[in-house]
Formats: sequence, C-alpha cells, structure tokens
Amino acid sequence: MSLSISLTVNGVARTVALDDPRVTLLDLLRERMDLPGTKKGCDRGQCGACTVLVDGRRINSCLALAASHDGADILTIEGVAQGDALHPVQAAFIAHDGFQCGFCTPGQIMSAIGLICEGRAGDDPERIREGMSGNLCRCGAYAGIIAAVLEAQRAVGQTERRDAA
Amino acid sequence: MNRFDYVRPSSVADAIAAAAVPGSAYLAAGTNLIDLMKGGISRPERLVDVTKLPGLDRIERLPDGGVRIGALVRNADLAHDADFARNYPAVAEALLSGASAQLRNAATVGGNLLQRTRCGYFYDVAAACNKRQPGAGCDARGGENRLHAILGWSEACIATHPSDFCVPLAALDAVAEVEGRGGRREIAVEALHRLPGDGPEQETMLQPGDLIVAVRLPGEAARFAPHARYLKVRERTSYAFAVVAAAAALRIENGIIREARLALGGVAAKPWRAWAAEGLLAGRAPEAAGFREAGELALADAKPSGDNMFKIELAKRVIERALALAAAGTPDRMPALPASPFASASGAIHYA
Repeated sequence: MSLSISLTVNGVARTVALDDPRVTLLDLLRERMDLPGTKKGCDRGQCGACTVLVDGRRINSCLALAASHDGADILTIEGVAQGDALHPVQAAFIAHDGFQCGFCTPGQIMSAIGLICEGRAGDDPERIREGMSGNLCRCGAYAGIIAAVLEAQRAVGQTERRDAA
Repeated sequence: MNRFDYVRPSSVADAIAAAAVPGSAYLAAGTNLIDLMKGGISRPERLVDVTKLPGLDRIERLPDGGVRIGALVRNADLAHDADFARNYPAVAEALLSGASAQLRNAATVGGNLLQRTRCGYFYDVAAACNKRQPGAGCDARGGENRLHAILGWSEACIATHPSDFCVPLAALDAVAEVEGRGGRREIAVEALHRLPGDGPEQETMLQPGDLIVAVRLPGEAARFAPHARYLKVRERTSYAFAVVAAAAALRIENGIIREARLALGGVAAKPWRAWAAEGLLAGRAPEAAGFREAGELALADAKPSGDNMFKIELAKRVIERALALAAAGTPDRMPALPASPFASASGAIHYA
C-alpha cells in the first residue's frame, strides 16, 4: 500500500509517501527526512530520547505511527535554534552541564521546551523533576538538567514579561 | 512488527464495520498497542485508526452536573481541565500519577481503559502465557511475581490491570458508552474488565467491533470533591506502575462519613471496588481506627499468588493512608508529586 501524508516539520511543509504503515514518526524523521537529531533510545516509549513536539505538545515519537499524524505540525531539536542563536533551553543546558554523553539531550531539551510551554511547573524543582520524569539520563546528569530547566524557565518568563510590557 | 493493513474510517459506523473483521484492532494514540506490536505480543492484521473520528474529543458538562468525556480526549487534557479537576480531583490525580508527561499528552481516555497488563511474562513471547496464547500455561505463577495479583486471580492468570485512571472511575460509578454492531450500550467501568477465571484471554466485556466512544461520570460523584484522593505506591517516585494504589472518596457531614467510595489498583485483573469497606465506613467518624478496619475488610479475601504476601498488608496500609488523606481534605493545588506517598501537601495529615 502507499499512503501520502502531509506534515509541517520545523516550519517547512512536507509531503511524504509511505510505502509501509509501520513507519513511526521517529523513523520517518531520522531515516526519511534526514533529521537524525531526534534519538532512538529504547524505541518502546520508556526513555524519552525520541521526544518531539507535535502540535506544540511533547510526545514519544517512537510510539507514534507516522500514518496517523497526517496534517501534524512537528518541531524537532533541529528546529529550535534561530540560526546561530541557541534556544534558551539549549543555552541553559550548556551553562549547567545538563548532559555528559549527550545522547538523551535532544529529548531532554524538547521535553523541557514542552514542559515550559505547559506552564504548570513554574520554578518548583520538585514539579520540574516530576514533569521531566519521562526522560531518562543514563549518565545521571539530572542535577544539571533540573538547574538548566529552572534557568530556562526564568529566562523564558523574563522574555514573556518583556514582550508583554 | 508484523505487516498490517492501515485504514482510517471517517465515521464511527465505518470504524465498527472495519474493526469487526477478525484480526483487526483499533488504533488510537498507540502508546500501548505499538509497543505491544514492536514486541510481537500483539500481531493485528489490520489497524483501524480512530484518531480522526469526529466528535470524540470533547469534555461535556451534562444537565445532571456530571461529565461526558469523549474517548479521544487525551489523558493530560482531561487531568488539566480545570472544571473537571475541581469536580473529580481523585481522577485528575490518578491520571497525573500515570506514565510520563509525553505519554499522557498522547494516550487517550478509551485507550487507557483498554491497555493491557504489564505482566513480564505476557510481554515475553518466549514465556508461557494463557492470556497471550490460551492453554499455554502461566510462567508468572512460579516466576518473578512479587507485583502480581492478590485478589480475583486464578491458576490460569495472576496478572494485574495497570490503569490508574480506572481506579477512581470504578469508585465513582463511571460508565463507558460503547458503540457496536448491535447499537449503543453502557457498561459500568467497574464491570468492564473480567477476572481471569479459566479464560484470561477474555479481558473485557467488549465484543469484536465494539468501540468505547465516551466515559461518563455522574453528577453525584462530584459531591465527593472536597474529600477525594488517589494514593499510589510505586517502586520509584515517578513514571512507574502501581505496586498498590487506592482511590478514596468521602462525603463528610457534621463530622460523620455519610458515604464512602474505595477502590484499589494494582491488585487484580480489574480495578477492585471495595464495596464492603465502603459500607463499613458509612455512618462512622472519619478516624484512623475505622480506616484500618476498612483496609482489613477490603483485603479479607486476598491471597498471595506468589512472592507477594507483602502486597496484602501494603494494600491495607495504602487504604488507611488514602482514607486519611481524603478525610484531611482535597488539596487546593495538585501536589507536586501526584498520588505519591512522599508528596506533602499543606493541610494533609500523614499517618506513618
């Protein structure tokens, strides 16, 4: 069978012909759209390395069938920086050593962007830890990750306040 | 993953017709089904994608004060719906104690009800499992089974139902609206899942083609809102299934429990409603002695199915603590760690 789907990926409209409905969103991004920044960790929805935003919400792309996401707007790690200017969450991960090997980092950053957009954790480290619990870090860089998300949360909050003024 | 046909019907009637064909399975978010298919545990020949069906993604207030939740409402959207969380706080807390933020953003209400057990032997295709392959035997019975059932199990199957959401739904008399080849009917969530008996492969009351289109909570269930909690003991603080969980809801008037609701999760193949314990609590003062008695009564028929004798005592203590938390009052704000025994909400009394 062949099934054609349309997606917006990092702001660019794409149409893809799927020759097999088994293709996940993760494999579509990595293998067919030349976007390998989204990582395949467990491939079973347990580690969070494959986190992307779909219509502004963070999900595990390894458990999402591409065929079921016709019309979706997808943001991956490749789409968060503005040219050479890093996203505030990316900058905060560097400033706080929010990684060691880096494999889980794209998923951590996409999850953190989703968490901050949700706007429910605020600057409470406990709520951030709970909200980030779907992203595992084998290197155990959690202290740096939480510090980075806290700082990014403050940075985004300040930008929003400035924009509102 | 096996090859399959993919169809995306545009109406509920078309979906039912497609899914009634043997070998078919409904696909919603796929957070459980795709995982099962990747492991070769589920091998459907055809997926019927219901995610684009119209009208199933709404949360509607009903004239009786109740709420009707479309089957495609995402777990996170329901838990964070301010009106819903205010009226059914234990349900919101249960939802937020389940899975991860990413999974809750995707997983649907209908899919949550129909998720499969996480028994390791069900997931291991090299193991014997009567649920996966009727008549094959049960390797869990003599295996690693400290997290398995203590109520309602049989020699054929000792698996538990993993849903948190279903536990307060069962306690609060929620109803699933089902569309099928014979039209529409309703099934109480408490009665949706079957105990294993001799046929653990029959997990629910649904027939081929049946589609859960909505879950309804009655208006009277909202009367428990001031005293309703979900408590879930896990092997880690977050992102884990329940070892034992309890939903407790009380209607307290003039210092007396007028009505109590109590259900357990992680103990049986279905959300386990503790009817007798509810009856015992009615008319009593909301005090520790009664809560302990309620726990004893709720677990009176419990039996270990393996290395899980500890879960019987644990369940009694979880009930006692959940009732105490409910009596102390629903917190104004969702705790930072929903349903966690380690969460401290202001005003909540913790019994050691």
